[in-house]
Amino acid sequence: MAVVFVRPRIPKLARDPWAIQFDGEGRLKHLLTIEGLGPEWVTRIMDTAESFLSVTGRDVKKVPLLRGRTVVNLFFESSTRTRTTFELAAKRLSADVLNLNISTSAASKGESLLDTLRNIEAMQADMFVVRHDQSGAAHFIARHVEPHVSVLNAGDGWHAHPTQALLDVFTIRKMKGDFTGLRVAIVGDILHSRVARSQIHALNTLNTGEVRVIAPRTLLPAQVERLGVRVFHDMREGLKDVDVIIMLRLQRERMEGALLPSEDEFFRLYGLTPEKLAWAKPDAIVMHPGPANRGVEIDSEVADGPQSVILQQVSNGIAVRMAVMSLCMGGREE
Amino acid sequence: MNQTPYFAQGMDIDHLKPPEGCRPGVDCQRWTVRGARVIDPASGLDAVTDVFIDKAGIVGVGQAPEGFQADNVLDAAGLWLIPGVIDSWARLREPGLEHKATVESEARAATASGVTTVCMPPDTDPVIDTPAVVRLIKRRAQLAGGARVMSIGALTQGLAGKLLAEMEDLKEAGCVAMTNTLKPVETLAVMRRALEYAATFGILVIVQAQDRSLAHKGCAHEGAVASRLGLPGIPVAAETAAMAQILALVEETGARVHFVNLSSASGVRMLERAIQDGLPVSGGVSAHQLFLTEMDTDAFDPNTHVIPPLRTLRDRDALREAVASGVISVIHSDHQPHEGDAKAAPFPEAAPGISALETLLPLVLRLVDEDVLPLHQALDRLTRSPAALLGLKAGGIAPGLRADLCLFAPEASWTLDIATMRSRGRNTPFHGWDFNGQITHTWVAGRLVYRRDGQP
Repeated sequence: MAVVFVRPRIPKLARDPWAIQFDGEGRLKHLLTIEGLGPEWVTRIMDTAESFLSVTGRDVKKVPLLRGRTVVNLFFESSTRTRTTFELAAKRLSADVLNLNISTSAASKGESLLDTLRNIEAMQADMFVVRHDQSGAAHFIARHVEPHVSVLNAGDGWHAHPTQALLDVFTIRKMKGDFTGLRVAIVGDILHSRVARSQIHALNTLNTGEVRVIAPRTLLPAQVERLGVRVFHDMREGLKDVDVIIMLRLQRERMEGALLPSEDEFFRLYGLTPEKLAWAKPDAIVMHPGPANRGVEIDSEVADGPQSVILQQVSNGIAVRMAVMSLCMGGREE
Repeated sequence: MNQTPYFAQGMDIDHLKPPEGCRPGVDCQRWTVRGARVIDPASGLDAVTDVFIDKAGIVGVGQAPEGFQADNVLDAAGLWLIPGVIDSWARLREPGLEHKATVESEARAATASGVTTVCMPPDTDPVIDTPAVVRLIKRRAQLAGGARVMSIGALTQGLAGKLLAEMEDLKEAGCVAMTNTLKPVETLAVMRRALEYAATFGILVIVQAQDRSLAHKGCAHEGAVASRLGLPGIPVAAETAAMAQILALVEETGARVHFVNLSSASGVRMLERAIQDGLPVSGGVSAHQLFLTEMDTDAFDPNTHVIPPLRTLRDRDALREAVASGVISVIHSDHQPHEGDAKAAPFPEAAPGISALETLLPLVLRLVDEDVLPLHQALDRLTRSPAALLGLKAGGIAPGLRADLCLFAPEASWTLDIATMRSRGRNTPFHGWDFNGQITHTWVAGRLVYRRDGQP
């Protein structure tokens, strides 16, 4: 018996996971991850941030771009520093700001994340700045908000912290100019770091000459080289000829997970001291997303030293967040 | 022949007979299925012929028994008659999780998708660790009147991993195997005793191999995609380390073990070696593991959150090869229907599992389309092979076997739409996939339990 088999259409397996960040006309709607932005958008955000830097230096530090708009800081994981910079950025754009700290323990008492979201949406919010301890939370929220609401990822689990990465590349651009000839080393707990992931994507998006990670294998994600980095386990080798050193914060819990024997050993091997800094290029800059554990990943002498740009990062952070907020909510660039 | 309707006999469930003891013309009828392409992987039969059904069983293939008179004659020219699918690992959520699904909803969804027997793991509430729960489930399935539902009993009391469950009682009550699901057995010593005890009574033990500490809080394959998405990973070693322990105990005890839900190329290699060494082990894989990979997790789609996780393309291809070579002898659904809320959460917090009953047969037939294995072998992994594994008198088309049969229209193509799914759970990553062929009729023990709309 002859049976004719109609060959099935092959299902679309590879979806564009980042398409959600843009609206129908290709404008930035949400900022969830650096991936998918491309060099044009990363550059545009940095250029916009540049224009806001002058605002930060003025006596009256406000522009009316987002007047009448409401920005809700939705923090499911506490972080005063990050929340403050977002709050300040929104206020300098003349937006109304609402801060909501929702402890996940309270959220687990019956009210689901979606319930929380619906309730706040009912308050006519225009933007959610979201921080959550689960990877993918910002995507989840972006998929479920009303069409007029923008979502800005302020850190989700180990996944992404795009504004931090943008302010870091912005700072590097101000200090070093072009990225193509740069060597950048990211040192420490890459495995649990949303900051590192976003930095790697941002640096690669801008065609950075070489992105390195330096850490023991317990603090590196599986197949980390596929993120587009060169892997080093030794600081002397890893810091050789490096233009930018980014130190990551080490959480104390890492000892309990048997990822490290002790802070002392970590500091001895990977802590950035003046001696180790000397292995990098003489004009290398030192960065840290903060808050730094002095004596664990970085020596105070380095953190406060002439090569450190840690404080510039903080002030640049406000301008970058202003840029992202205004672009996502359709504000003008200049 | 039992003359009272089987559902009207009060609570004395042990005396319930049908569907087996059906009354001709009332509970079940005599059927002649005429002119279908009859495909039976067990006997190698593949011919256009007639099949005769009476008293819940198949009474003739090609030739009617003497004096046979059909109540119904169905002209099935152009259709395939295949043995009903035996799904050896599917959660129906009842008792205890009826907000996700019920025996009735899922047993009905099963028959519409060609599944005539469903074996349910014991992680219900209460756990299937006493004959009473087995009987409750059996009764619910009989009332539902869809697919046959078989229980897989708990290996340890309450699945707590400490004390042995009453395995022999459970077997007597109808459990086809014992398992501790993903719940940990406290020590290897307890596992060893459990295997020894099961071996004493010839009980099959089903193991989902995943080391708890290695899996930890992981929710995705530990690899490039999880690394990029920042999802806590589950290494392949979580599977292989657990398998190695069990294999050592199998060698010691001689217990029959079936590894369910294999996910990795390394796991397949271990299984292959163990089979070559002559150990009484076998393996099963869920249909979705033969199609999806870590790449499908890319957009944080909570419907791709499954345990074991979707691994690499290389793993998927190794699983496919193993299915084709027979190292993996059984394909099951790993059906886990969920209510919408269970999936409405960020990826790591979304409940794992796929509502997979309705895609089991379609996906396996798709393997044939993709030239992974020939039709007979593909059907074998769903029918003869699980029947042999679980000791069921079904899974074939031959006189004397139970009439668990399906008619299949090979040229009807359709698209899976979550809006028209029959299962209570709508959590599938296969929404929008196109499939070839559709079930038109399903018989369970000689009773026509499903007929597609518009079919004679």
